[in-house]
Amino acid sequence: MKKILVVLFFVPAIALASEAGYRLDHAPTDPNDMLSLQAGARTFVNYCLNCHGAQFMRYNRLTDIGLTEAQIFNNLVLTDAKVGDTMKVALTAKDGKAMFGAAPPDLSVIARSRSADWLYTYLRTFYRDPKSPTGWNNAVFPQVAMPHALWTLQGERAYGPESVEAKEGDGKGAEGAHGGGHEMKWTQLAPGTQNTVQYDVTVRDLVNFLEYMAEPAASSRKRIGVVVLFFLGILFIFAYALKKEYWKDVH
Amino acid sequence: MSEKKIDNTRRNLIVATTAVAGAAGAGIAVPFVWSFWPSERAKAAGAPVEADISNLAPGEMQVVEWRGKPVWIMRRTKEMLEAVKKSDDKVTDPRSEVPLQPEYAKNEYRSIKPEILVLVGICSHLGCSPQQKTVEAKGEMGADWAGGFLCPCHGSKFDLAGRVYKGAPAPVNLDVPPHAYLSDTKLLIGDDKKGA
Amino acid sequence: MASRLMALWDWFDARMPSVAEEFRKHAAEYYAPKNFNFWYFFGALSLIVLVIQIVSGIYLTMNYKPDAALAFGSVEYIMRDVPGGWLIRYIHSTGASAFFVVVYLHMFRGLLYGSYKQPRELVWVFGVLIYLTLMAEAFMGYLLPWGQMSYWGAQVIVNLFATIPMIGPDLALWIRGDYVVGDATLNRFFALHVIAIPLVLLGLVSAHILALHDVGSNNPDGIEIKKKKGPDGHPLDGIPFHPYYTVKDLAGAVVFMMIFCAILFFVPEMGGYFLEYNNFIPADPLKTPTHIAPVWYFTPYYSILRAVPPLFNSQFPGVALFGLSTLILFLLPWLDRGAVKSIRYRGILYKSALAIFTVTFLVLGYLGTEPVTVWGQFGNWMGNADVATVVARIFTVIYFAFFFLMPWYTAIDKCKPEPDRVTM
Repeated sequence: MKKILVVLFFVPAIALASEAGYRLDHAPTDPNDMLSLQAGARTFVNYCLNCHGAQFMRYNRLTDIGLTEAQIFNNLVLTDAKVGDTMKVALTAKDGKAMFGAAPPDLSVIARSRSADWLYTYLRTFYRDPKSPTGWNNAVFPQVAMPHALWTLQGERAYGPESVEAKEGDGKGAEGAHGGGHEMKWTQLAPGTQNTVQYDVTVRDLVNFLEYMAEPAASSRKRIGVVVLFFLGILFIFAYALKKEYWKDVH
Repeated sequence: MSEKKIDNTRRNLIVATTAVAGAAGAGIAVPFVWSFWPSERAKAAGAPVEADISNLAPGEMQVVEWRGKPVWIMRRTKEMLEAVKKSDDKVTDPRSEVPLQPEYAKNEYRSIKPEILVLVGICSHLGCSPQQKTVEAKGEMGADWAGGFLCPCHGSKFDLAGRVYKGAPAPVNLDVPPHAYLSDTKLLIGDDKKGA
Repeated sequence: MASRLMALWDWFDARMPSVAEEFRKHAAEYYAPKNFNFWYFFGALSLIVLVIQIVSGIYLTMNYKPDAALAFGSVEYIMRDVPGGWLIRYIHSTGASAFFVVVYLHMFRGLLYGSYKQPRELVWVFGVLIYLTLMAEAFMGYLLPWGQMSYWGAQVIVNLFATIPMIGPDLALWIRGDYVVGDATLNRFFALHVIAIPLVLLGLVSAHILALHDVGSNNPDGIEIKKKKGPDGHPLDGIPFHPYYTVKDLAGAVVFMMIFCAILFFVPEMGGYFLEYNNFIPADPLKTPTHIAPVWYFTPYYSILRAVPPLFNSQFPGVALFGLSTLILFLLPWLDRGAVKSIRYRGILYKSALAIFTVTFLVLGYLGTEPVTVWGQFGNWMGNADVATVVARIFTVIYFAFFFLMPWYTAIDKCKPEPDRVTM
C-alpha cells in the first residue's frame, strides 16, 4: 500500500517544461466538444496531411466526432482515398527527408508521445529565423526541420531578447521563458489572417483533434469504465456481505 | 463453526453473489468474444467496390475484386442473350428458384439490365474459380456449346447467366452479388443501397 | 438427472486422480490460520493477475505481428481496428504493472512476518524464482510493442550481458541474434514471452503452492498453528481455506478489480509509468530518446546498476552488483537468525532495518525513473558530482547492508515472547 501511494505521489512530478526549457501552456482541449474536433479535423487535413500521414487512422472512424460518412468523404478526403482507408500521405519518407532534412513523422499517436500541452505550445511558438534553412525556428523545438505550416493564419513573428526597459511587451505573447539574463519577447512582424485569439482557438481545435486521433477509443473507454466500476461496486456489496456471513462463525 | 442447519441468509447470499459474479464473468468475456469479428481493416477491405463499365465492349468481360473474390461483369450481346434463352431446358434451375441472387436479379437473364451480367466467379461446387469459355471453344466444349464458363477443378459447366448445366458436379447456379447502378456507366458491387 | 450426473462424476473420479480429493486437500480441508490480515490478499491476487495476463495475452497474439516492420503498427491496429482490442491491450499493459505491484506487496508481507523462515525456505525460494522469471517475462514482453523505449530498453539490458568478462560480447550477440536488437531478437523474444516463460512460470507457481500447502501457511503472529491441534486433529487456530478464505479473497479480489479497472479505464498510461510516452514513437535504431528509463518495476535495480562507477575500465562491477541485488533474495532464509518470525515480536533492530530497507527500495526505485541530474549537482567541494548519483550510492550500500548485516543484527535483536495462540 505504501508503495502505491508513493508512486501516486510522484505522478504529478512529470516535467512541465519542454526540452528547450520553454514553459508549456496548458492546452484547453475538450474531447466532448464535437464542433472543436470537427474544426480540428478540417485544419488537420488541409494543413498537416500534405506532409504528415496518420497511417493508423481511418477516415470513416471520424463518425466518432459527429460526422456522417458522406460529410467525411466530401469535406475531409482530399486525396483519392476511399472512406474506409487510413490517412496515408503521398509524400514518402525518403522525399520528406530530402525536402526537410528529416522525414515528417506520422501523426497518428503524436499526442501520446508529445502531450497535448507540448503540441499546443509548439504550434504557437514558431518565429522567423534567417539562419535556419526553412527561414523558421521554434521556441519549444529549437532547430525544428518543419517550417511554420500555419503561418498564413498566425502571420510572421520574431522571438528574441529585449532590453529590460521595454519589458511591458504585447500582453499574452510576452509571457515566455527567461533566457540568458534577458527577457525573451515575441513581436509580430506581419499579420496573418487570424488574430491571436482566433489563432489560439484554431490550434486548440487542431490539438483537440490530434488528441482524439491518438486514442479514438478514449471516450468510450471512460464511458464503459463508469459502468464497470458501478457494477463492481454492486458485486462488492454482495461479496462483502457473503464474507461477513461466513466469518461470523470465526472467533 | 455452527452446526449444519439450513441457513436461508447464507443460501440467498451465495445465490446472489454467484449471480452477480457470473454476470461479471460474462461481462469480462465480451471484449474477448467480440474481438473475433472482422476488424475495421477487414471491413474497409471488404467494402463495396465501384466498377466503371463505360469501356466494356459488348461480348467482353471484366473482373473486379470484392471481398477477395473475383466478380465478373459481362456485357452480353443479343446473340448471347438468345443463347441463355435457348439453354433453359439444359440447366438445372432455369428460373433461378434457389435464392442465389437478389430479388431484382431473379429473372431470365439473372441481372438488373438484361445485357449486364454480374456474377461472383466462384464455383458453387467446391470454390474454384471457373474460366470463361467463349462460343469459339466448341472444339473443347462440344458442338452445341453456346458460350459460358467451365470450372477447371471438377468440370462443372455454366451458361452465360451463370446457371449450372444438368449433370455437373456443382449443385446450384453461381452467386449474383448485391449490386446497384450509381449511373449508367458506374456499378457498385457489394451493396444495393445507393450512397457512400 | 442429478443421479445421472453423480454417476458420471463417479465414473470420472474412478479413472482420474480424484478431483474431490484434491479439492479437499487444497481448499476444503486446507487449514489456514484464522488471523490473516490485509497483507495476505496478495498471494491470491497474484494468481488472479497471472490468469488475466495469460488470457489477455492469448488474445493479443491473435492480432499482433512479431515483425520489426509490422509490430508497432499491429499494436495500433489492435488499439483501433480490432473490436474490443484497445480493452484487451490495456488489460494486458495494466496487468503487467499490477503483477509487480501485487508481487512486491506479497514479498513485503514475507519480510514483515518472516514467511521465508524455517520450515518455509523452499516456498520462499520458489517465490524468488517466480519473481526472477516474471522479470524476464516482463522484459521480453516490453520489447514487443517495438516503440523507442522497447527498443532502447532491450538494447541497454542486452548490453549488460556484454560487460561480462571474456564471453560477454559473444553472449550479447547470441541473445540478439543480430548485431543490434533487430527482427531476429523481436521474434525470439515473442516466442519466449508468449509460451516458453509462461510455461516455466506456471510450473513454478504450482511448486510454490504445493510447497506452501505441504508446510502450511504462516500468519501475522509467526507461530505454527499445527502445534496446537484440537481433538479432531485440525489446528485449533485453523479454518478451512474453503469457504472462509475463498469468500474473503473474493471480496478482496473485487476491491482489487475496482482499483485495476479505475486505472485501466481512466488512466491507462498512469502518468507515463505504466505506458511510457516515448513508446508511442516507433523504434528508431539511429536515434536514442533523450531520457530513457526502464519501466518502474525495474528501477530500484537500475539505480543500483547506475550507481556503481566503472572499475578497471569495465562496467562489469555494476552489472555484477545489479545481478547480486536480485539473487541475494534467495539467501534470505539463511541470513535471518532471528528467534521469532513476525515483526510483531521482533526487536527494535529488525524493525528499524526493515523500515530503512523499505525507504531505500522506494528511493532507489524513484531515482531509477529519473535522469541522474534530477537533483542537480553538489558544489566544487564534492567534485560537482550529481546529487542523485551520490544518494543512489549511499542507498545501494544500505540495500546490501540490510542483507549482509542481517545475521548479526537479527541474532542480537531483543525479541518479545511469542503468544501461544494466534491473536485476532
